[in-house]
Amino acid sequence: MSKKALERLTAKFADQVLATHDAHGDETAVIKRDRLLDVLRFLRDETDLAFDMPIDLTVVDWYRKREPRFEVVYHLYSVTLKHRLRLKVPVDEDDARVPSSYPIWPGFDWYEREAYDLYGVAFDGHPNLKRILMWEGFEGHPLRKDYPINKRQPITTLLGEKS
Amino acid sequence: MGLESNLTGTFVGTRLSDALNWARKYSLFQYPFVTACCGMEFMSAACSHYDISRFGAEIPRFSPRQADLLFVVGTVSHKLAPVLRKVYDQMCDPKWVVSFGACASSGGFYDNYCTVQGIDTIIPVDVYIPGCPPRPEQVLDALMMLQEKIQREPLEKQA
Repeated sequence: MSKKALERLTAKFADQVLATHDAHGDETAVIKRDRLLDVLRFLRDETDLAFDMPIDLTVVDWYRKREPRFEVVYHLYSVTLKHRLRLKVPVDEDDARVPSSYPIWPGFDWYEREAYDLYGVAFDGHPNLKRILMWEGFEGHPLRKDYPINKRQPITTLLGEKS
Repeated sequence: MGLESNLTGTFVGTRLSDALNWARKYSLFQYPFVTACCGMEFMSAACSHYDISRFGAEIPRFSPRQADLLFVVGTVSHKLAPVLRKVYDQMCDPKWVVSFGACASSGGFYDNYCTVQGIDTIIPVDVYIPGCPPRPEQVLDALMMLQEKIQREPLEKQA
């Protein structure tokens, strides 16, 4: 079913799609960041694709394993056509930002804030891009692989500690 | 501290503290600070099957100002730590704290960036209950240990 989605996507945005693969009907497209919003809007608005439901948005940190370091992952679902698609967008460490998908799926609002909070990938155009899980004054992005594993940032003065 | 400060170490003083402690240990009003899955086990211990009211601790107070026993049940994150400290500070003396389960006692397996590694880094704790989650029998055992501890408290601590 959604094999068609991959084909439609490659046909329409041949210069944007870096790679596609399909494992047991689980389709994935790796796409460039440049025209990301056009791609997303295309996927939502075409009647035979109709990805009307944002399922998940997350980031993968390929620290010292792959270049570029980050990969923003979108999971999409079509309630009307009952098919799924995964999009991956590679993002460089020095320029860790992608355009916000909030205008297309407002449901990605908190997902983008979470991804920003924990991985430090900025989402340009997000209406309220601030931390959602960690507290104010928290330094760094704790799910990055180079965040020190034993680093603690308590906000209360601990007992037996000088304030 | 009132008149009883003159009674420390005297016969009247020790009898008085016995009576006060006896009354206190059988009328513990608890504040359940429930944050995680241990809460289910706490509810089990508090309900009729295990019946915590046999020990006089059956009434949960949902205001710390009315409670004298703080049950910290579940994982506490650094973001939540100021709330826990405030709840503890709002409780009137005399007050006691029970750390319920592995996470509250030591952070449990959440050895990570956001979890408090044991609530005893935030507030003083009287009794720790191990387990993930603890059995209700362990909760009752901890309550009895706390009662023994309360019974032994000297008069001068009862300000």
